Amino acid sequence: MPDVATRPAPATTSGSSAPARPRPRITVGRVALHLVVVAGALVMLFPFAWAVVTSISPGSGLTATPSLIPDQPSLSAYVELFTRLPFARVTLNSLGLAVAATLLQMTTGAMAAYAFSRLDFRGRDALFAVYLATMMVPLQVLIVPLFAEMKTFGLIDSYLGALLPTVSTAFAVFLLRQAVNQVPRELDEAATLDGAGHWRIFTRIVLPNIRPALATLAVFAFMQSWNAFLWPLIILRSPQRQTFPVALQALQGQYTTQWDVVMAGSVVSILPMLALYVLAQRYVVQGVASSGLK
Amino acid sequence: MTAPAVSRRPTRGATRTGGRSRSAARRRTGWWALAFLLPSALPLAAFVIVPMLGAGWISLHEWNLIGSMHWVGLGNYAALLRDPATLAAFGHTLGYLAGYLPLVYGGGLGLALALNTALHGRALLRGVYFLPVVTSWIVVALVWRWLLNPSVGIVNWTLAQLGVQGPGWWTDPAWSMASVVLASAWKDLGFVMVILLAGLQAIPTEVLEAARVDGAGWWRRLWSVVLPLLSPSTFFVVVISLINGFQVFDQVYAMTAGGPNGSSEVVVLRIQQLAFRYGEAGSASALSWLLFAVILAITLVQIRGQRRWVTYA
Repeated sequence: MPDVATRPAPATTSGSSAPARPRPRITVGRVALHLVVVAGALVMLFPFAWAVVTSISPGSGLTATPSLIPDQPSLSAYVELFTRLPFARVTLNSLGLAVAATLLQMTTGAMAAYAFSRLDFRGRDALFAVYLATMMVPLQVLIVPLFAEMKTFGLIDSYLGALLPTVSTAFAVFLLRQAVNQVPRELDEAATLDGAGHWRIFTRIVLPNIRPALATLAVFAFMQSWNAFLWPLIILRSPQRQTFPVALQALQGQYTTQWDVVMAGSVVSILPMLALYVLAQRYVVQGVASSGLK
Repeated sequence: MTAPAVSRRPTRGATRTGGRSRSAARRRTGWWALAFLLPSALPLAAFVIVPMLGAGWISLHEWNLIGSMHWVGLGNYAALLRDPATLAAFGHTLGYLAGYLPLVYGGGLGLALALNTALHGRALLRGVYFLPVVTSWIVVALVWRWLLNPSVGIVNWTLAQLGVQGPGWWTDPAWSMASVVLASAWKDLGFVMVILLAGLQAIPTEVLEAARVDGAGWWRRLWSVVLPLLSPSTFFVVVISLINGFQVFDQVYAMTAGGPNGSSEVVVLRIQQLAFRYGEAGSASALSWLLFAVILAITLVQIRGQRRWVTYA
């Protein structure tokens, strides 16, 4: 992952107008507003807290509602998840697919972004329109023929079959093209005079200058892959190849009442996203808000 | 997809070289473009464009994904439009939206307005409200299925403490969709909040100041100044919610699996079941194209409507 956390955050949308305002007086209304917003935040956090509490309350959901502070907290649900159930393998599957999808989308996206921003070739605008149009096609339209296609290639129940449709996305191209357009053209011209070709300009000048956009894309691509459900559900059949969300949802069918194990799985599944979110909140919010995809 | 051809138009800013070498340079640029584009163009062609057309072709056939295909023309579409299950699936999807949209818009607007004031710990609060957005739908569905467990869930337990008998939630056909709506609204509230917050911050403070000087109270300013100037963000939220709403699948699959008694079967779940449970790939593809048509229509309305309904500052 690129240096997501080390860059200083530029002034984001929030807080730009606040310092100019005089310090607001403490009124009943303002205190009430704080109380309501904080109470709302606690309500928003409660499902997460409840998942953690449940995961350390052995035997949860069999007979009674667990208590908020467990009598005998235990990590047995986590132990079961990683020893009796194949979640160590499942975690590796998901991590591997997410890292591969992220790196591939960054590579293919940046290269296409360079071509659309810097190379003048015939049919460029039309081709870019085709790229954009692919963003409008919902995955649901593609699953049946994609499945048939993967069957032809013999890729059912293979990691490659799960990975291939995520190798390149129009969103990546779109996001990175905006960034490449911002890189001053004088830089390329100077490099050209120094005898640099397109590949050198791309790797030495453009890529270092679009790092924030690459970070946004990385966070976003990782999240999409880590949380993906429909396609992995269809293409990956054997339990040892499944991804985290698919295995987690299957757990529910198998152990309808073992809520401590299901919640332990949920907590583990949230952890990488939580870490990424804490490290790179700005990029996450940007990526989601700019695309409307979640 | 065809490879981009070498440019024959005069290249901008390339006048300093002679004619012969210029055309050679252009040809070289064409090859470079090809090299830079192939890694993205090939996968997009193979895994988006070809399957999309393939879905159209499959939709004209009867096919169980294994045997040979039989041409039925538009038969699948005709059968789908006559099938009450199709109408029910679209109905459930609309029902989902009818519950979901007011919740996320109302809640998101309230939060955005609150966080747009000089609030203590605003960044932290925004972070907390946004956290569910990065959580997977499956986790959201499972956690809420547990919260809303009719017998031992914490929600019904709390209601019981207050002397209220909680409903059956996802086990009750009358409440299954409401359960999905609650979980989905919880997940997306922060997303809507961030969009609306950005919209609020784009409103010029002079306009609000002018309204205040003219004696407009808080409600009057909200209704006559803020909401009209917020309409681009509102429009975006509604359109994105409609597009995502018609594609709702993960949380329904994990929370209710369309049940009980098909009371929460949405369009995409029906597509998945038709193809991979009943072996009707033709009907599934036809339904997916109908869904695509609906989403395309919404997108076109967005592109056209933006000009007509949206007030820009």
